Amino acid sequence: MNAPAYNFAYLDEQTKRMIRRAILKAIAIPGYQVPFASREMPMPYGWGTGGVQVTAAILGPSDVLKVIDQGSDDTTNAISIRKFFAKTAGVETTTSTADATVIQTRHRIPEAPLHAGQVLVYQVPIPEPLRFLEPRETETRRMHALGEYGLMHVKLYEDIARFGHIATSYAYPVKVNARYVMDPSPTPKFDNPKMDNCPALQLFGAGREKRIYAIPPYTQVVSLDFEDHPFTRYRFDAPCALCAADDSYLDEIVTDDQGSRMFVCSDTDYCEGRQAQGHRGTESVAPHKEGAHG
Amino acid sequence: MTAMIDITNAEKTFTMHLQGGVRLAVVRGVSFQVGAGECVVLSGPSGAGKSSILKMIFGNYRCEGGRIGVCHEGAVIDLAGAEPRQILAVRRATIGYVSQFLRAVPRVATIDVVAEPLIANGVARPDARQRAASLLKVLNIPERLWALPPSTFSGGEQQRVNIARGFISDLPILLLDEPTASLDAVNRAVVVDLIDEKKRAGVAMVAIVHDDEIRNLIADRVIDVTSFAAAA
Amino acid sequence: MAEVDNDRPLLVADGLSKNYGRLTACRDVSFALYPGEVLAVVGESGSGKTTLLQLLSAQMAPSAGTVSYRMRDGVLRDLAALGEAERRFLFRTDWGYVHQDPALGLRMAVSAGANVGERLMAVGWNNYGHIRSTASSWLERVEIDIGRIDDAPRTYSGGMRQRLQIARNLVTQPRLVFMDEPTGGLDVSVQARLLDLMRNLVSELHLAAIVVTHDLAVARLLSHRVMVMKGGRVIETGLTDQVLDDPREPYTQLLVSSILPA
Repeated sequence: MNAPAYNFAYLDEQTKRMIRRAILKAIAIPGYQVPFASREMPMPYGWGTGGVQVTAAILGPSDVLKVIDQGSDDTTNAISIRKFFAKTAGVETTTSTADATVIQTRHRIPEAPLHAGQVLVYQVPIPEPLRFLEPRETETRRMHALGEYGLMHVKLYEDIARFGHIATSYAYPVKVNARYVMDPSPTPKFDNPKMDNCPALQLFGAGREKRIYAIPPYTQVVSLDFEDHPFTRYRFDAPCALCAADDSYLDEIVTDDQGSRMFVCSDTDYCEGRQAQGHRGTESVAPHKEGAHG
Repeated sequence: MTAMIDITNAEKTFTMHLQGGVRLAVVRGVSFQVGAGECVVLSGPSGAGKSSILKMIFGNYRCEGGRIGVCHEGAVIDLAGAEPRQILAVRRATIGYVSQFLRAVPRVATIDVVAEPLIANGVARPDARQRAASLLKVLNIPERLWALPPSTFSGGEQQRVNIARGFISDLPILLLDEPTASLDAVNRAVVVDLIDEKKRAGVAMVAIVHDDEIRNLIADRVIDVTSFAAAA
Repeated sequence: MAEVDNDRPLLVADGLSKNYGRLTACRDVSFALYPGEVLAVVGESGSGKTTLLQLLSAQMAPSAGTVSYRMRDGVLRDLAALGEAERRFLFRTDWGYVHQDPALGLRMAVSAGANVGERLMAVGWNNYGHIRSTASSWLERVEIDIGRIDDAPRTYSGGMRQRLQIARNLVTQPRLVFMDEPTGGLDVSVQARLLDLMRNLVSELHLAAIVVTHDLAVARLLSHRVMVMKGGRVIETGLTDQVLDDPREPYTQLLVSSILPA
């Protein structure tokens, strides 16, 4: 049987034009959720179809693609999506943040600073920051249109009342270009400052919810807070156990069934890069040595 | 001297729609004046319309004809044709009404019931309560009752609370419907004194009293309302 | 605090009507409401009083007639001419709307403090401490134990929820409050306490209010003026004590005589 022939990056050209129009609109109105005709993709909803559609629409033959999932290049989903584009677009892929031109990510922003000319594509589950407070779409659209964001502060107030501090630790709402309030996708709030004044273009795709939004390069992005409870990034108590980085977001890894655990960089490329430069943490070898994947 | 109250040809007729539209004419051609410092007593048998006339002056009953002139803040205003807001303004600043039965808001303490007319006119609560307290004392309401709502009081005590409330502000016109009806001799004398005090202060009063003795003590003039009886 | 302007009407309705096809819900209603005045609209189910309230609070467009409101800058504006943003802003700041069912006027899953503070946050208050202390003082004012400030109204009794709804509406010091059967559905003793509270607040804050009710006792207790509605029309209007003590229209006489004596 003949192998199936795919259009470049899987989607037909008309669909890509429709998505590009939505992207242009999103860039023109930073933070505003643009509805788009999300297609059925060869993966179910909840597996990154929005991000995949955005990437498919912007990918060109000379692009270099990196895909990460929770900061790691070698989880199942990251590998699947990378393989998907390798097969349907034939583009070069990489695990290096600095070398990539398009980076698709699930729930993390890479530690290495991005540069102009790069595009960061986020996978978004629920694009509407107000959804859990106001279930009516008609009402939330009005709130965005009229700039009525008191309800967002209600959520923060509730956190402080309940926990003594703003406990939202991921998907922390931000105000983009001093106009629209946006959900940055479930990235940890640790990553929020990276979105501000970023040289790269940031695109957000929600496949199931059928929305695309964007932050153009060098746009102001401010995390919401109260003047007497200002936004703070948290710092970890100890550096990465592998590369001794003290400025990256750490994952907790359980190493045995006696409760031992260690904290290592969530961004695998960043961690390996530092180790290659000679930085060492308290545990210089990872618990499992991963084989190379095709 | 301008009359404080100047009623001309006032008429009151009830149309009882629930009883097939029966018309009940109560009074007609009511005309009289009351000057400042004067106490006019309306006399006549029960049902002759004395209370109705009082209620018409207060704006509680509407008139089917005639004019109810009242001197309010230096100008004469006809209550028969007045806007609701105007009547409210007149009640706040000019006319007080001491009804025959206390109709107080339930659950409000006696001292606040009495202080309310002053508070509504902008007097600070503590001052208003102080004046209320001294009036209640004069009327022999014991202090231990001041924090209680008057709904459980005896008829005589309720009436005295009612009088305190009516007399506490400095309104230039007072309408009194049977002010001494349920009172014993001691308290009747107290009320007569209070009425005298008001007269000396220049307040115009219209009162209904059945007791001949009280009437002789307070009335400057007596008007027999049967002269205003509507023909059957 | 808006300056008291007692000589000019706050809300003016002129020839207000609402039809649904051939059904007339509300016909030719005109009146003026002044600052600090409480107007009760009484009538039985189907009399058009709730429709009238919705027309007056700009939640529904009339089929004919106008509703005008005097804004804080003193200008009388036709509500139909306001933009949606302006109308929503008015609804959140200068007006209050108390629903019969408090669940409609509250966010049930959000704490009481946040419920009261929401309007403040919506107008830009950005200090958690200030918001919380203002919310606390309002809870005290409506006689809710401050210890319950972090509890959601889901855990409150019906009377408490209604008092919370009132606090939520009054926090931005509105000049006009619309109330739709505010004591309906509450136990008698709870109603009594709520009415006392409403009476005091209305007089302390110099609020104007339009209260829709089928209960004449509520009208007598709370309002200065009353409008009696039947079949979509206002059949009698005047001072509350006038209309209730000296009813002229047949329907009004029927309503008044139907009250069971205490």
